[in-house]
Parts: sequence; C-alpha cells; structure tokens
Amino acid sequence: MITDSLLRVSGVTKRFGGLAALEDVTLDVRLGEIYGLIGPNGAGKTTLFNCMTGLYSLTAGEVKLDGAALHGLKPHQIVERGFARTFQNIRLFANMTALENVMVGRHARSRTGIVGAVLRNRRTRAEEADIRDKARHLMDYVGLHNKGRTLAGHLAYGDQRRLEVARALATEPKLLALDEPVAGMNPSERRQMGELFQRVREGGVTLLLIEHDVKLVMGLCDRVAVLDYGRKIAEGDAASVQRDAAVIAAYLGGTPT
Amino acid sequence: MLDGLRKRPRLTAVLLALLLAALPFIMGFGLGNSWVRVLDFVLLYVLLAIGLNIVVGYAGLLDLGYIAFYAIGAYLYAWLASPHFGLHLPFWLVLPLGAMLAGLFGVLLGSPTLRLRGDYLAIVTLGFGEIIRIFMNNLNAPFNLTNGPQGINLIDPVSVAGFAFGKPLHIFGMTLPPTYFYYYLFLAFTLLAIFVALRLQDSRIGRAWAAIREDEIAAAAMGINTRNMKLLAFAMGATFGGLAGGLFAAFQGFISPESFNLWESILVLCMIVLGGMGNIPGVILGAVLLTVIPEALRYLGDLQRATLGHVVVDPSDLRMLLFGVALVAMMLYRPAGLLPSRQRKREFAAEDGVADQEQADLYDAKA
Repeated sequence: MITDSLLRVSGVTKRFGGLAALEDVTLDVRLGEIYGLIGPNGAGKTTLFNCMTGLYSLTAGEVKLDGAALHGLKPHQIVERGFARTFQNIRLFANMTALENVMVGRHARSRTGIVGAVLRNRRTRAEEADIRDKARHLMDYVGLHNKGRTLAGHLAYGDQRRLEVARALATEPKLLALDEPVAGMNPSERRQMGELFQRVREGGVTLLLIEHDVKLVMGLCDRVAVLDYGRKIAEGDAASVQRDAAVIAAYLGGTPT
Repeated sequence: MLDGLRKRPRLTAVLLALLLAALPFIMGFGLGNSWVRVLDFVLLYVLLAIGLNIVVGYAGLLDLGYIAFYAIGAYLYAWLASPHFGLHLPFWLVLPLGAMLAGLFGVLLGSPTLRLRGDYLAIVTLGFGEIIRIFMNNLNAPFNLTNGPQGINLIDPVSVAGFAFGKPLHIFGMTLPPTYFYYYLFLAFTLLAIFVALRLQDSRIGRAWAAIREDEIAAAAMGINTRNMKLLAFAMGATFGGLAGGLFAAFQGFISPESFNLWESILVLCMIVLGGMGNIPGVILGAVLLTVIPEALRYLGDLQRATLGHVVVDPSDLRMLLFGVALVAMMLYRPAGLLPSRQRKREFAAEDGVADQEQADLYDAKA
C-alpha cells in the first residue's frame, strides 16, 4: 500500500468577488495513485486545477508538492517543480506541428539560451537532438505514430487530446493533472485513453483526473474526491463514494438523508 | 532552372554571393549611382524588418512603435560621433553601444506591456514610438541634447582602418561614391542579422516564442517563462533596430526627428505583412519591394513630363494609392504574405484541416 503523500492541498479557498468558487478544499494525493476529482458542472474542479498550477492566485490555503509550497509560484515554476497539466478545452499550439508541440514541452528541461541558439555549439546540438528524440518517443508512447509533421490544429479531436498528454509528459512531471481528458471521445477511444493513463502511472507518474465519465473514473481511480459548490463533499475509494448520500444528492438533487 | 538551383545549394550560394557582391556595380553603372543609394536603404530596411519580425512574426507581439529603437540607435551614434558634443568615437564602438541601448529600451518598453495583448499592446507601443520622437523634437532646452527639430548634422561617417567612407574613392579609373562602401557594410550586418534570426527561429528560444504567439497560457503551462521570453523578443528586435539606426546616422550624416515618425513604423510592419510574417525570405522580399517600388515610381513623373509635358499625377501620391491597393489585394489573395512560412501557409489554407473547419463552423453557428 502506497501512502506517501505527493500533493497536499489544504484549506484552499478561491473567491471571485463575492463568489466563493472554492471553499476550504483539502486533498491529499498519494504518490503513484490515480486520484479522481468529480463533481457537477460548476463545482470548481477546473478552478482548483487553475489554483494548483499557478494560473489563479489563492485567496487562502496552501498547495504543496513533495512538501514544497507551490502557491505563489508562477505557472512555469510549478512545471519545473514537476507538476504538469492538460486543459479541458484543448489548448495546443494549433499552428505548430504535433512534434513541435511536444518539443515545446521540453522547454523546462532544457537550457539553451540566446548565445547557444545563435552559435549552435556542440552542447546546443546535442540538447536539440535529445529534445527531438524524447519528443518522438512520447509521440509513439501516446499512440501518435507518424503524425509528427501534422499541424496540431489539423489533428483529429481524439489525437489532439493525446497530443496534450504527450506535451505535458514532455515536462517530466511527477504529477500530471488531466482536465476531462476523454471528453467528447467515443467508448473505444475512452478505453484506449484509460489504458494510456494506466501505462503513465506504471511509468511512475501520479495522476490527478477530472472526469465526468463515471465508468472511467470507477475503473481507473484509486481514490475519488467529489466537489460540489466549491466544497469537498466526499472522498474515498470509488465504490464508497458512489454510495455516498451527499454525492447522490449533489448529482441527482434532493436532500441527503 | 529554379529546381536545378534548389538541388545544388552550394552552387546557388556561390551565385547569390557573386550577385550580391556585384549588385552595386550593376545598379550603379546600369541605372545610375542614385540606385546604389536605394540599395543601401533596401539593406537598412531589411535589417529593420528582420528585427521587427522577431517581435511581431516570432513572438506575435504587435509593435507599432518599432521605429523608436531605430531613432535611439541613430541618436546615440550622433551623440557619440559628431561635433554636437564634440565626441568622435569610432563606429565599431558606437554601433554596439547604440544596439545595446536600444535593446535596453526594448526591455523598458516591454516590461509595462507584458500583460497586454493584441490591440492594447499595439496602442501602447504606438504611443511609445511617438513619445520618443516628441522627446527628440523637444530636448533642445534647457539642455541641448537633440538639437530639436533641426536635428544633428555632420555626423562622422564610418571609417575603417583610416579610410573614411565620407569621400568618393578614385580607383581603376572609376569614381566610387561612399554609397558603394556602405552597401558592403550594410550587407555584412544584414547577413549577420539574417543568420541570427534564422538560428533563433529554429531553436528552443524560437519554439518558446512561437508557443507564446499561439497560446500564452498553454506556453506558461509548459514551463516557459513567458515574461522573460517576451522581454527577450522585445530586446532582440530593438537591438537590430538600434543597429540599423546607428548605420543610418553614419550613412546620412544628418538625423532629425522627422526620420522617425509613425509612418516609418507602419512601413516596416507593412514589409513584414506583405512579405510573409515570420518567414525570413518573405520579410526580405517585403522590405525589398516596398523600398524599390516607390523609387521606381519616380520614373513615372519623368515619363509624364516627357510625354505630356507636365506632371499630371504626382508619383508620390500614386505611391500611396498603389500601396493601399497592394495591401488590399494582398489581404484578399495572399493573406499569409507573398512568401509565407510553411506553417503560416497551412494556417491560412484550412482545406486539409477537418478539425479546423469544424471549429470554424462552430463559431459561425455561435455568431
């Protein structure tokens, strides 16, 4: 049983003016697990992602990865610390090729500066070759063989989702946060993505997953937290969360008994 | 023939080098020495366009005040190498200083605009360009820094190893005006700029700029320090601008704020847009066309005088008209520019992009 904590979110609150999008949310993601985050639309799942990855500043609370504080850091610093993410509404670099998209993901793990880029010395060339190799490898890894030269915006929808995963993996994350990665996919594509996530986890990356597809979440996640109106209303293994009265009430309406 | 050349890059390079080396003589003896001067300006504008292309084409930051950096480079040259302050430093010292000062101003302008995008950024940079020009216009009192609208005169020409570019050279029975020497000097700097720009484009830095241009939030989420990368783009572009400014000051021997007005900024931007944003060959083509065509149009005046006895349509009016027509035609028929980059071409040609078309249709439905 793995119990080491990787990501600790404690007391996170985010207010937009008078609206509390997140209210005192506390989560604990353990090393090596797939942690699901579910909840009705507008529950604050994506807001929580944005708070954790530095796109929003917190109103209150803390986010720690491996014991080091992430709150207050810029998004690029959070990536450097080993926390990558994908976006719910795909945000690829549409007019760059698929391979270039993944190569951009290597930015945080490479160092060539302006002088190196202009002189193109041996170190730069070696680094560039390494970036390209790793990017190609990741393209194959997520199942985008021979699509490297296609513009990202021209890829089929499902492939765009895969490419986002490859690009995020290129940053060598310890923790990968996926925001509805199978939205809009058909059942067979969803199954393939589920298998991909398993492989990613086996490769040593902890996954944090926002998803509406209950079957995927139940089949994949070790533990699940449920958000509703910005609060965590339940947490636990998939089966127990499914039976939780508060969760049923949040999804189906009515008052919890 | 073009295909043959493409297959033999080394031969092409040699031929191109010979052509570039012989060009001032061909133009000078074929069309007159005034055309060598035009060539010099072509090179200056190529240099400017390549610099602006880093900001606008690579990083996607619309800069309408670019000419301010040109002005800064030119004024620094004038301050350090003219009787205005009695300083006469050598050009190889002044030029890099001017480029660096302009680069510094690039960062200064860049930092407050980091949060701005698109139209808002354009407005602020436009304002910056005007501020610099107005400063140059008015800083003749209480301390005479710029000599106001009169400008600074008698700027030292470039001199290499005791040979000043200011006077014509008599050699092999030919009289070569200074424009010939400046041609080779400018050519060297332009080739250097092209080299640097190409290397940057195809590097980690270039990819980071492209990513910021495409989606700044996603770029940050991929570990790119968007602030530093944007400042770097501003600084690099401004450095080229400052370099071109210094060369311009030495070449002209005289500068005044009038040379650095908004129209110049827009002209350089037009070169990039016309030629193909983000693509170096396109940018060069744009700069060449927009410098040469207005000059060639001057002949229309002579033509009218010869055939009709007087000038009916002023060629400089015609210039603006044709400019407008050309840009409108461009937008309609070649929106990505005359020589678009491989990527930009595909970007505008959505036929093969099913996903793109779906997206576009969605937007249509929404609207």
